[in-house]
Order: sequence, then structure tokens, then C-alpha cells
Amino acid sequence: MTAQTISQKILARAAGLDAVAVGDIVTCRVDLAMMHDSGGPRRVASKLLELGASVWDPSKVVIVSDHFTPAIDVDSAGILALTRRWAAAQQIDNFHDGEGICHVILPERGYLKPGLFAVGGDSHSPSGGAWGAFMVGIGATEMAGVLATGEIWMRVPATIRVEWNGSLGRGLSAKDMLLKLCATLGMNNDYRVIEYAGSTVQGLPMLERLTLCNMAAELGAKTGIIAPDAVTLADLAGRGVAVEDWRRHLAGDDNADVEAVHRFDAGALAPQVAAPHSPANSRDVADTEPRRIDQAYLGACTGAKENDLRMAAEVLKGRQVARGTRLLIAPASTRMTAQLAADGTLATLLAAGAQLLPTGCGACAGYGAGVLADDEVSIASTARNFRGRMGSARAEVYLASPYTVAASAIRGHIADPREFLS
Amino acid sequence: MSQSGLARVWRFGDQVDTDQLAPGRYIKGSIDELAAHCLEALRPEFAGAVRPGDLVVAGIGFGIGSSREQAAQTLRQLGVGAVIAGGAARIFYRNAINLGLPVLICTDTAMLVDGTAARLDLDSGKVFDASGAVLAHCEPMPPFLRQIVRDGGLIANLKLRLARPA
Repeated sequence: MTAQTISQKILARAAGLDAVAVGDIVTCRVDLAMMHDSGGPRRVASKLLELGASVWDPSKVVIVSDHFTPAIDVDSAGILALTRRWAAAQQIDNFHDGEGICHVILPERGYLKPGLFAVGGDSHSPSGGAWGAFMVGIGATEMAGVLATGEIWMRVPATIRVEWNGSLGRGLSAKDMLLKLCATLGMNNDYRVIEYAGSTVQGLPMLERLTLCNMAAELGAKTGIIAPDAVTLADLAGRGVAVEDWRRHLAGDDNADVEAVHRFDAGALAPQVAAPHSPANSRDVADTEPRRIDQAYLGACTGAKENDLRMAAEVLKGRQVARGTRLLIAPASTRMTAQLAADGTLATLLAAGAQLLPTGCGACAGYGAGVLADDEVSIASTARNFRGRMGSARAEVYLASPYTVAASAIRGHIADPREFLS
Repeated sequence: MSQSGLARVWRFGDQVDTDQLAPGRYIKGSIDELAAHCLEALRPEFAGAVRPGDLVVAGIGFGIGSSREQAAQTLRQLGVGAVIAGGAARIFYRNAINLGLPVLICTDTAMLVDGTAARLDLDSGKVFDASGAVLAHCEPMPPFLRQIVRDGGLIANLKLRLARPA
């Protein structure tokens, strides 16, 4: 049999085949279908009714209300109420209402494991690849099709292997790695899967791996994936997730064909900042104009997980947010908020002058609290800085790591975090 | 589209993202309201002036960004006949086809200048001008995707498939 990448192996298994070739179009059985309040019930319910179909297997469906929670007006409250009613009517027990952002809830509550073929009604669904799942984003109509049939067609993608070796310096993170990739590989890696490998990746904790896979979306990829290793299995064991033997040993074949291999030296990486209005506008912080910052934002699945907020606290400890700059933090899940409260991280951030916002997608996609006015400048730990995404179409958003966002909040302009970390 | 069967070409650049096609701050509202803001940051006149059947022609990365289906639905709502692009983001591509909006990939769209009157033949992927001369050769869509588009989208297509005895 021809050698297969990890992605080919997962797709072949989901399609009930021994092997698949790049470019094949196959019909896959879905192991897990995740949707949220924005693209979920409010948009799929009527389509399912129109089909006269019911949910093929409620135990394989997870619903997370994270985009409109907590409600900021009657419209968003209505969307959340509809989501609750539909989840109850369809007997979907895997429903998380205001408990966190979907891409963080999935691993936190033990839904992910290596080898799953999963779909998510959100473009950052590649996040699941950090746990060795093959997870892709889909839209609402397609989700209705999955709910009705339990199946979806997939074109088997070519693999781009991205290898990072060496140690990240102080004040560097997975976010910097990804912004560097956006600048180097561009955002049009359509229909490819990004497989992350190398000693740097193997040394990253799971939540940093999540950031890498999450932003495969910004590379334009179908998804991102990291083969399971001891770190993955220890994380799953810690959550009490049973992992079958074949999943533990899931890996691509050594001689499997890949379209390209890109190698990067983590030791040479400097903090990255993406200028408006594209993640591909990333460059070293030293080469970025030190713009004055109105709002520093630590939020989203990409940039407000436990580890992200600890990075920010490392920089902000004993320091103050600059006058004329505001720092907003929206932790990615309620469990993480509790953990950060218990270990003192939250106290450090609040003492520095941060405003604590509710858990949820919030201002990242322009839905919740913290959107920007005309001509305001923001630096954010989120994934995207498209024009108008975070509020006014005349606002400007820079993307950076939690370290760099924190350093910029202290200075009141875009700043290198390494000056605060000796 | 005019009486002659010709549509107007609306030309856009590279990386037209989903926040341009369906701005997040209007996403709670109706699709009509959202469609009124489609592409307004790039061409404020677009939503008001586009006519049924018109062709949206763009560079690479069309529809990059969010999975929000409204990015394709706004174009459909405005009556856009097809998107012809140098490259399309995969979720947008699938969403558009699932809503019955054809998306064709075309490496050379130089002749499809803004305002050109043109006609697309979905099966061959060719775009013609008023005299019948070929302006562009798009990659034809795979037949089963063309079928989904012809059925009016995935839901209509599934209805037909689910009604058919297994």
C-alpha cells in the first residue's frame, strides 16, 4: 500500500477505505459535529425541517453558545434562547451555554482525541488538529446536511509540512510562529493541510499547539494537524479520556508524499506584529512602527486561554497599563477564569489596570463588548485583523502575541515584550 | 442580466474577506439588511447597483476568513450569477455551492475588466462577450457540484437524494 500522511489515514478510515490519494473525493462518516450559537441552530433548524430529517446521532453533536453570550441586546438574547430550545428539543446533551469558546470547550471537556474525523461550524475548527483529530470548518447549510445524514464529502488534501526546530526565546510563543508563517507562506494555502512537526512543536504544551492549529485558518488551509505524542496522551489521560490503542500510535508514514516541507529555526524568531488589515502583514516588532494604542485586547480562542493570560501576566506583573490606553481581557472559558483566579494570574492583570470582560468570542468578531470606534488603533491577541472585523471599518487592528499585547499596553504604543522579561 | 442575456462584470482585487461580504456588526439582522452592506467597504455602490445575473470577478483568496455562510448568501440575495476568481477560500467555496451560487476558478481574468458585458457558460466554464468571443476560460466545476448548483443548492439536492429509495 502506498505511504499515507496522518490526514490521509484519518480520511480513509472515515470513508471506510484502506487508503486514499490526494485529490480523491470521498464521503466521510462524521465522528463529531460541533456548532455554535451564531452558525448553529438559528441557521440549521429551518433547513433540517425543510429536509424533514432529524439529527442522525445526538451523541455526536456538540453545541456551544459563545458568539452572542452573554446577551448584549434583545436580538442576541433571542438567538441564545432559540439555541437552548433547539438543543433541548433535539435531546443534545452536549450543550455548553456561556461556558467558553467552542474551540477551547472541545478539548477542555474531553471531546477530542487522535484520529477523529470532525466538522465544526466555525472557521477556526482546525484547532482540533492539536489533539490529532482531522477537523474542518463548514457552513450552516453543509452542517444541516451532516446533521441529516452523518456524512460529508471531502477532497483529500495535499500536505504541507511545517517543521520548527530549536528553542523559542523568552517572550516568544506559538502566536509569533504562526504570524511568521502567515507572512512567509501567505494566506492562500487552499485545500491543503498544514502538518506541524519538529522539536519546537513537540516541546509546546497543548494550548500552544491549539494556537498553531487554530490559525491554520489564516493560512487558508483546509486544516492543521499535529501527530499525537506523549504530551497529547498525557493531556488526555489527565482529562480522563479513554484513547484506543490505534489512536495512540497514529502517525503519518515516513515516506508519505508531501507537497512541500518548510523549515524554520525557532531560536531565530523575534516577536511578530501583523499590521492592518491582514495577518500576512506580519514582521518583526522592531520593524513595526510604534503606533500609539487606544485598546489592547486579550481575547478569543486564539489569544485568551489560560497560558495566554499567564504570558500577559508575566509581562504586566507589578506594572501599570499606560494612561490613555485600555487593556481588555476576555478569558476563553469559565473554567479557565476560575483557574486563573485561583493561581493569582487574574489578580496580577487586574492590579495592572485590566478590565475583565465576560467569557466568549466578544469583540474578536465584532459581536460583543470591546468593539472599536472610527480611527482607533488596537493591538489584539486574536487571529484576524480584517477591516471592520472588530468594530468600525475605520479602526486599525494589529495582531501580536499575548506578551506583545501586554508590553504595548504598558508602553501605550506597540512595544517589544523582551524589554520586560529579563 | 439584461435582455441580451449579458451580465455586467464587477471587478474586485485579491483577498476579499468574509468581513467585507458579510460585516459582523450587521450579522444579527435579516439577510436583506446584511446584503445591503455587502462589499460596501470596497465599493459602496455595489449592493445598490448590482443586477441579477451579474458576475463578480476577483483575484486570489476570495471569501477568506470566517465560516459564516452569509458571506455567500449576501451575493446570492443580491442576485449575483456567479463568482469567478483566481482562487477561493474553501469554506466560502463550499458555502456558495451549497446555496446554489456557482464559483469558478480562473487563472486568467485579464479580459474581464470592470463593466464588461459578458455571459458565462457553466458547463464549459467559458465566458463570452456580446459577439460570442471568449473572454476567459475558467476551470469547469466538477459535474456533481454543478448538479448541486442546478438543483438550487445542497438542501434541494439532499431532498431529491433522500427521497430516492436507497
